[in-house]
Amino acid sequence: MNIALVLIALATVLALVLGIVARSQHQMNLEQWTVGGRRFGAGLVFLLLAGEIYTTFTFLGASGFAYGLGAPAYYILGYCTLAYVISYFMLPKIWSYARNHALVSQPDFFAHKFDSPALGVLVALVGVVSLVPYLVLQFTGLGIIVQTASYGAVPKTLSIIIGAAVVTLYVIISGIRGSAWTAVVKDVMIISVAAFLGFYLPIHYFGGMSKMFEAVNTAKPGFLAFAAHGQSLSWFVSTTLLTALGFFMWPHSFGSIFTARNAAVFRKNAIVLPLYQLVMLFVLLVGFTATLVVPGLKGAAINMALLKVSVAAFPPWMVGIIGAAGVLTALVPGSLIMMSASTVFSRNIVAALRGGQSNEATVQLAKFLVPVVAIVGCYFAIVGSSTIVALLLMGYSFVTQLFPVLICSLMRRNPATKEGAFAGIIAGVATVVYFTLAHQTLGKLLPGLPDVIKDINVGFVALFANVAAIVVVSAMTAGRRVALAKQGAE
Amino acid sequence: MQQIRWLAVLPFIGMFVGPILHNSATPFILGMPFILGWLVIWVLLTAAIMAVIYWLDPVRLAGEEDPK
Repeated sequence: MNIALVLIALATVLALVLGIVARSQHQMNLEQWTVGGRRFGAGLVFLLLAGEIYTTFTFLGASGFAYGLGAPAYYILGYCTLAYVISYFMLPKIWSYARNHALVSQPDFFAHKFDSPALGVLVALVGVVSLVPYLVLQFTGLGIIVQTASYGAVPKTLSIIIGAAVVTLYVIISGIRGSAWTAVVKDVMIISVAAFLGFYLPIHYFGGMSKMFEAVNTAKPGFLAFAAHGQSLSWFVSTTLLTALGFFMWPHSFGSIFTARNAAVFRKNAIVLPLYQLVMLFVLLVGFTATLVVPGLKGAAINMALLKVSVAAFPPWMVGIIGAAGVLTALVPGSLIMMSASTVFSRNIVAALRGGQSNEATVQLAKFLVPVVAIVGCYFAIVGSSTIVALLLMGYSFVTQLFPVLICSLMRRNPATKEGAFAGIIAGVATVVYFTLAHQTLGKLLPGLPDVIKDINVGFVALFANVAAIVVVSAMTAGRRVALAKQGAE
Repeated sequence: MQQIRWLAVLPFIGMFVGPILHNSATPFILGMPFILGWLVIWVLLTAAIMAVIYWLDPVRLAGEEDPK
């Protein structure tokens, strides 16, 4: 066992200990386990919300994307910022409604808004399905870290299994309080490590950031601007918008809204979080540096860019620290995702369909589901070969389909009917499923279209189908309701 | 003053307008390729815009969504 692996193991043990300490101070009922008793102040909510952006996706995914594709990685800097702008207006509304009606989950929220438990089940299904690729990418990242930090001694499959086992253990012993406290440690570590690497590596290899970019621009002309087609400008705009709108639609992000003590928390966060996520820039710098320093990684292997360049530049103990930061960035979001998926499944799908299930039984089932979810995620991480960014974008294509209905429900007069909400979500998700399973693109479907339209992200295209379905079906059903009401009155 | 909230549209326009009008690596801004530098500037501007909105927001000042 080398020093890198020892350091990573120590970080993991520390996280587990923090989880146990946080747990021992509180009794865990359903609200405690999932929404932290709705008592978190600005600091902890900030960390929970911010913590979700510093995931394996940021650390390995963003750097790998910059490494492999160049300019398209810029979108990562844009979408979080725009999401926080939206959050200023949207989250206080969601929070106060949830609080006034004692709602603890995203499906509850939709079900209550539209007075339709069935809609809650649909939202829960969309949420759980979207979480799968998000979880897979955390496990993929953990696997890469263990594999690289062991300098190849631990093979990929075993690395992923070890990673998944640690996250599972962590969730079982800690619940959300553990997540919040580990988030503190994690954010300090990831920010220091990312800032250090982003500063140091361009200077070390090229004598400065600007010189590094000049070298990249000379070696790979066109790499630092958008291509004419493929991941072009319209891909950039549509992907940035899709992910900005979907940012808070994940069951776990939506869930962290409920943990706040008051609504003011979100407004202040909307000012600070755009600055906080600038750290992402450093991660992109690492990726761009790596593209010249450790060239040759192709396909899913671009996920390894940050670690490969670290191994090339540093002694094993430093690789250990970088790896430990990486483990924590997968552990915190990974635990939130697993907890969300299992709670939502247990509470909003099983209990909602069965009816009359006790809270204790729901919590028991949720806890039982945690390892099940882990095994599913593990399986896809082992057999899959997608890049981390592709996995995240797939999840986003699904989960953003909840956005139009949510916005309708937050309006003073909800323009969507229950039926319209169903039709919209189903139309959106069906469009994404069709394009994904058939490996279809707009370009293949309608080759005559100009590139500007062809390159639009499929998730974004699906939003149009979604909104169209909401409008048409709501118009039909709202009309019928008015007619019925009139008949009744006569 | 409710109109102050419309300032929030600016980041959406600002972020995209630069890359759309000038999709190129050069000239470098802040030592970064044009588009990346442009986005970084807009991240900073967005934080400033949100601070202005926060400061003047009548909805926030009225505490409409806070617990009564």
